[in-house]
Amino acid sequence: MNFKPVDMQLLDMISNIKSIPAGAINIRRDGEPVIRQSSPNIKIGTNADNNGLLVEIKPGTRDETVHVPVIVTKAGFHDKVYNTFVVGEDADVTIIAGCGIHNDSHSDSGHDGIHEIIVKKGARMKYVEKHYGEGNGQGKRILNPTTNIFLETGAIAEMEMVQIKGVDDTVRTTIAHIGDKASLKIVERLMTHGEQKAVSDVRLYIEGRGGSGQILSRSIGRDNSVQVFKAALVGQNECLGHVECDAIIMHKARIQSIPELIAENAEAVLTHEAAIGKIAGEQLIKLMSLGMTEKDAIDTILEGFLR
Amino acid sequence: MLKLENVSMTVNNSNGFRREIIRDINIDFEPGKLYAITGPNGGGKTTLAKVIMGIYQHSTGNIYLNGEDISELGVTERARRGIAYAFQQPPRFKGLNVSDLIKIASPGVDGMGLRKKIRDVGLCPEDYLDRDMGPGLSGGEAKRIEIAQVLSRDSIISIFDEPEAGVDLWTVQRLIGLIVQKYQDNPQSTAIIITHHENVLPICDEIIVLEEGLIKLRGSSEEIWPLIRDDVQCKMREQCRGEVCYEL
Repeated sequence: MNFKPVDMQLLDMISNIKSIPAGAINIRRDGEPVIRQSSPNIKIGTNADNNGLLVEIKPGTRDETVHVPVIVTKAGFHDKVYNTFVVGEDADVTIIAGCGIHNDSHSDSGHDGIHEIIVKKGARMKYVEKHYGEGNGQGKRILNPTTNIFLETGAIAEMEMVQIKGVDDTVRTTIAHIGDKASLKIVERLMTHGEQKAVSDVRLYIEGRGGSGQILSRSIGRDNSVQVFKAALVGQNECLGHVECDAIIMHKARIQSIPELIAENAEAVLTHEAAIGKIAGEQLIKLMSLGMTEKDAIDTILEGFLR
Repeated sequence: MLKLENVSMTVNNSNGFRREIIRDINIDFEPGKLYAITGPNGGGKTTLAKVIMGIYQHSTGNIYLNGEDISELGVTERARRGIAYAFQQPPRFKGLNVSDLIKIASPGVDGMGLRKKIRDVGLCPEDYLDRDMGPGLSGGEAKRIEIAQVLSRDSIISIFDEPEAGVDLWTVQRLIGLIVQKYQDNPQSTAIIITHHENVLPICDEIIVLEEGLIKLRGSSEEIWPLIRDDVQCKMREQCRGEVCYEL
């Protein structure tokens, strides 16, 4: 294992790991696996097409975490990977994915992670995916993740997808199929700055009876950045669905928020809330009246909003 | 301690006409005293409070704190010099929780202190410390947390803008009692309560009645309260028999 400081910094940013953790882990750097280790309950192997991972979590596995971070440090490198996760029946696990790019060059570098996640009957899964970019070059840092998730009867999943800094261009696509009495909560947090562009397209098909789906998005658009957020709920059975998108707009940013509700069953209850606005002057004044400077007040409000 | 000298504030309304919101205010707030500012709606009470905090810039006159002219200082500087203001309608913060705000108000507060400050305003710390300060909080809850922040600042001048507004009757007495207890006879600090509350006005050391931006009446509560009692007190008490009336 030959990790440079830049690798460890990226891994820390996206996975909060300061050293290689015990348990199931796969670290992919510039298209190659540099560490792969399975645990007794979580098997990490190569998929049948030899173009990504097959992560199999045994039924009943409890309180285990699997790390699958990706880092791109080679200038001009564009990585693409197809990963499949199967969370066995009644398991309760956390998957920590995420991608960090360091690019100091004039060529673009990027990563397309295409994930399929199957959460079996009665299983619980938390999925955390952080995206981060750094480097001083003109070359863009591009991340285009696609996630297809299937929740079987009674499965419960929470997906937290975060992009805070340094990603120039991203198109995120998430499609979910929610079965009987299954429940999915998607939390997106995004901050764009400079000339960055970010598109997120989330579509939840609530197919099963008693299923529920929730999409919560918080975003901040700064400088000249552009954000487009599309969130669609398709209620195909007696189900509950809710979309909430909140955005703070600053400087000359542009934010488009498009919630969409499609009810295909009279028992589907679907709701949405969307709001875009600047930081309220009142909020700044309030924090300043507690002794903060205006700059510290702005930072505190933004940090809290994306927490 | 805090001295307002010929303070006026003028705004241009949408028709281009100049309107004086407060006019020629002269008050010398003394340490260790509890002041009430009252008067009809639109009389300039909140404007005066915001002028003291530096949220609004006054047009003419001077403001002194312990002899220093603070007229040109902004909100942050005035806060750091010891002025605190509890908003009438506290703003909400999505993502910040109750303990975040108390810690900003009182840097260095420890876990015990944090819990005590929440408990003092009648909220259970276990239920509220991690509560989001977003729109999920009721008006009364937000108000209590607002008051907790100002109480925890230990400021020289603390201004409470209608602490009773939006708070249920059961809690009002407790909150007012807390403010009175903390500031009355405390030679280090001064509290100013903007209020219409019939149980608060008589127990303050001084009452200032502001009407159309001018000080209409000013004096000890023994002098002023009998003059304004008929305007302030509930006219329906005979009918309802004062069931929601408490003595401090």
